[in-house]
Amino acid sequence: MLRLRGAHREAMVATAIRALPNEGCGLLVGRADEVVEVVASPNVADSARVYEVDPRVLLRTFRDAEARGLEVIGVFHSHTHSAAYPSPTDVAQAPDPSWHYVLVSLADETSDVRSYRIVEGAISEEELALEGGEGHDRPRHR
Amino acid sequence: MAAVLRVPTVLRPAMGNNSVLEVEGSTIGEVLTRLTEAYPTARAQLLGEDGSLHRFLNVYVNDDDVRYLGGLDAPVSDRDEITLLPAVAGGSH
Repeated sequence: MLRLRGAHREAMVATAIRALPNEGCGLLVGRADEVVEVVASPNVADSARVYEVDPRVLLRTFRDAEARGLEVIGVFHSHTHSAAYPSPTDVAQAPDPSWHYVLVSLADETSDVRSYRIVEGAISEEELALEGGEGHDRPRHR
Repeated sequence: MAAVLRVPTVLRPAMGNNSVLEVEGSTIGEVLTRLTEAYPTARAQLLGEDGSLHRFLNVYVNDDDVRYLGGLDAPVSDRDEITLLPAVAGGSH
């Protein structure tokens, strides 16, 4: 399960929309399964089909998180024309099995935000628990 | 000269479960070569097959990405802090 506030979900969707026509991306800072902060990053791949978090944002975010007693617990990025499900590229390049991988799809009129764990190439969707009375987004069965 | 190397969680199993290492070398290339000698299983995560810096590894000397400092030739001084962070990348294709 990944716990976050509605404002965190909105920040990820806003980052995805701002990045159009490219993919948008950023990092999730928090503790274990709880997001404390969403850190948007430029997509240095500058592409509608691939993303890369700016290495400068990466270093700064790791340092800031450590200084605050937090951790980088995951990453989010958008798929502009496909479902919120990790692509083979996402799986091949997933750096950390302990991370949460959040996908924001802008393929439909309503944005779709989903979270996954990726461990040794195996994808499993996890519950996205929105705190603050906005209910839970249950994993979709595929 | 000794610099301090900060090892990210995901690379620790291949590097003796250390989070911080003291490393020797006057360039990033020398530092990484010595690291791969000490921890051969980490080589695939640090360097490409041709011996260049791995495409999906970010290496920083203090606050600077070594890609802008000459890559493997980037100079390392005593008490510099070297940070390794896997690139965070992917895409829809």
